[in-house]
Amino acid sequence: MSKSVGKSVTRVDAYEKATGRAKYMDDLCDRGALVVKILHSTIAHGYVKSIDTTAAEAIPGVVRILTCFDVPDIPFPTAGHPWSTDPGHQDVADRLLLNRHVRYYGDDVAVVIAENEVIAAQAVRALKVEYEELPFVLDVQKAMEDDAPQLHEKYANNILKHTDIRRGNYEEARKEPGLICVEGWYDTPTVQHCHIENHGCYAYEDSGRVVVVSSTQIPHIVRRVVGQALGIPWGKVRVIKPYIGGGFGNKQDALYEPLCAWCSTQVGGRLVKLECSREETFVSNRVRHAIRTHIISYVRPDGTLVARKFEAFSNQGAYASHGHGVVAKGMGAFPQLYPCDNLECDCWSVFTNRPAAGAMRGYGIPQAMFAGEAHIDDICQAIGMDPLSFRRKNLMPVGYVDGFSKNELYHDSFNQCINKGMEILGYEEKLKEYQNQTGPIRRGVGLAVFWYNTAVWPISLESSSCRMVLNQDGSLQFQTGETEIGQGCDTAYSQMVADAVGVPLKDVHVVSSQDTDITPFGLGAYASRQTYIGSFAIAQTAAALRERILRIAHDQTRMPVSNLDLVDGQIVRKSDGRVLKSLGDLAMECLYSLEASEHITAETTAQIKTNAYSFGCSLAEVEVDIPMCKVKLLNIVNVHDCGRLINPALAEAQVHGGMSMGIGYGLSEELKFDEKTGKPLNNNLLDYKLSTFVDHPTLEAAFVENAEPTAPFGTKSLGEPPACSPAPAIRNAILQATGVAIDTCPITPHVLYREFKKAGLIEE
Amino acid sequence: MAMQQYQTVRFKLNGRDVERTVDVRASLTDMLRNDYRMTSVKKGCEVGECGACTVIIDGEAFNSCIYLAVWAEGKSITTLEGLLGPNGELSDIQQAFVEEAAIQCGFCTPGFILTAWEILESGKEYTDEQLRKLLSGHLCRCTGYENILRAVKKTMYRRLGKEV
Repeated sequence: MSKSVGKSVTRVDAYEKATGRAKYMDDLCDRGALVVKILHSTIAHGYVKSIDTTAAEAIPGVVRILTCFDVPDIPFPTAGHPWSTDPGHQDVADRLLLNRHVRYYGDDVAVVIAENEVIAAQAVRALKVEYEELPFVLDVQKAMEDDAPQLHEKYANNILKHTDIRRGNYEEARKEPGLICVEGWYDTPTVQHCHIENHGCYAYEDSGRVVVVSSTQIPHIVRRVVGQALGIPWGKVRVIKPYIGGGFGNKQDALYEPLCAWCSTQVGGRLVKLECSREETFVSNRVRHAIRTHIISYVRPDGTLVARKFEAFSNQGAYASHGHGVVAKGMGAFPQLYPCDNLECDCWSVFTNRPAAGAMRGYGIPQAMFAGEAHIDDICQAIGMDPLSFRRKNLMPVGYVDGFSKNELYHDSFNQCINKGMEILGYEEKLKEYQNQTGPIRRGVGLAVFWYNTAVWPISLESSSCRMVLNQDGSLQFQTGETEIGQGCDTAYSQMVADAVGVPLKDVHVVSSQDTDITPFGLGAYASRQTYIGSFAIAQTAAALRERILRIAHDQTRMPVSNLDLVDGQIVRKSDGRVLKSLGDLAMECLYSLEASEHITAETTAQIKTNAYSFGCSLAEVEVDIPMCKVKLLNIVNVHDCGRLINPALAEAQVHGGMSMGIGYGLSEELKFDEKTGKPLNNNLLDYKLSTFVDHPTLEAAFVENAEPTAPFGTKSLGEPPACSPAPAIRNAILQATGVAIDTCPITPHVLYREFKKAGLIEE
Repeated sequence: MAMQQYQTVRFKLNGRDVERTVDVRASLTDMLRNDYRMTSVKKGCEVGECGACTVIIDGEAFNSCIYLAVWAEGKSITTLEGLLGPNGELSDIQQAFVEEAAIQCGFCTPGFILTAWEILESGKEYTDEQLRKLLSGHLCRCTGYENILRAVKKTMYRRLGKEV
């Protein structure tokens, strides 16, 4: 049935975006909107004692000032997770619209609603806040100490949550004589998503309901959270998602939609717009969790893993947001990637006075892969085994089944991906060539693999709905609650719909915007779930639509349904292949029939109770200038087994973007904070070093296509995986080049200077 | 502040003579977006870091967010809307962005295309390294820049009548 799937067809939104016609949030907002500006706290921790609004109110054009003393006392959660019917499994409701207890430098204290942006900004500056300052803590382990400042009442030692995994008997197993113990601490930084469109939204009331148009990945979830935050029935909220300029997980939270909606209700339902500046996006949206990981491995000289300990301390920042799910996902990879009989794994999510950490591309896996894959190379160095042989010996074997998710490794994906990557990079020759270097400039190659779980079942609900509406000409509209955020899912969906229904691709019209009043329920863009999860809903709805079409074809042609097929938009008699009529003619006759008029549509919900592993690897080649403490990335290859490719060109493009983000993670990106004040130091695109056009070499993306047996089109996750393994591959390449194991990323000249000095490679 | 807060600016926008009275504090981005509804001009940072607001002023690419609206007086300004043919035909560089899958979320796209246009109008042949440097004033978080480079190169060679 495959005619479109597997082809590199042009994006459905390419023309709109190439011409600049695609409308994003601010392009749609009426110019008469009132502007909301937020006053952010200028201390890292404390209480707002008072806010003097006199001077601000005197500014002409200020419409309303609302402060933390005005907001409803309704704590709400913000994470973009599905609602849980189990109250114990619901997201932590620790947010208010504005805060008297401010918990990070940049917390939301008050808003000004004004006639325009300039007036709003002037009025924010004119607000005078009196604080009662409290001690603050930025470091994750210091925050766990008994005398540390406490951020939230109910969480002793700031521990939001601790979970563990136990297998076998670690303490007994490690006593085996002759074992080699390898121990490491690995630090990953706070980074930010840096989608080029900042988050923003606008809100107004219409017929007694509040409408929010937002740059979000999760319209249906945001609708629920706005309802919760405002204490109004969810049916009173309508959320619309237009084109959005990237998200990468930041917009998988309810960000300022609740506040913006509430502001509208406080000015008589007038249209209000709240747009984040870049500086606000860095600090007052979400960031990636900085995670400190401690790993101890007991290994036999032949490379057999006997006992392992894993501890991860996740810097949650000031609010729970996605909370413990992120580090827990990272920990979940540990026992599966390199199975070992004796394990002690623990992870903690800990509140600190930093910006709230939420979802970001990879959801705990980039942190876990940096630590885990760095540690594997540390083991290899300790036992004198080459990193490739160690991985081939210890990686998850074919046929491995995870007891919890029931995920299975069906194919020899790891070896296939590694082999392909080695060939592209010329790994073996380079590895040999770069042995025993002594000069100031040295080269090295490194390898890292990754593990990624598609979607969120069985931890949370996986459900997707879609609607297909047939037009008079035989074309159809396709609508889903799953969101296009730049990754290309609308195009992949159009290909699936064409094949599953049996119509030409040109006859599939994807409705690319979500409107919770109209769009069937779906959870949105996260967990690299949409291509996998959405495919079930498409296959099921297409089957329902086909059944209806063929029944009508039977009425119109008197042929039995069993002898009818819909192929390429034509009703075909199977027995002789004759085209009986076009789908357009069928639809016309049916819709305008004076006897039995029908509008041919189908809509179903698919609940998905399977899940799929997605695997791959990165291979990197670096040149290290030891005296200059500089790393130049010469070559990098990512190889993925994400099942069958729906659209190879878009898949490749997706991998490029993830690799770029992974390279930044490894070499340059870090959001820094002043230790003395907690103030962010580089919350702008100049001082925060995300990869630019000149910061990496040609990005090589390759694939191994093993069809995923659980999914209708054999596909599985690709959105997040590309960002998971580049950083440890670069780190391991530096290790091969210099013999120095770097346990912190980003690997900046500052870090290299410290480590090279320690290793005696450079002098004071 | 009330003194001289507004000023009339006359300029050519996408080949058409226009004039509008604007706040002297307004950026060119604000004027183009708010007064002329040229919504291809995107705001990503408003301080000249990301390149999303790029427009062509008298043949040269500028960050319109750090260019005052009043400075447009007498200039000829092209936004992405101006590259489109009368019947909606894409220009060669736009077409190459489509063909090379150089577009993902699309938010950096208008700015990139206009800088690429400026580079291509020079008629020169550049190396990859030169092209990367010339395009490095734009940030993109989706593409890793790879396919954008391919699109620009492809168009450069097409214009020069050479194979890629």
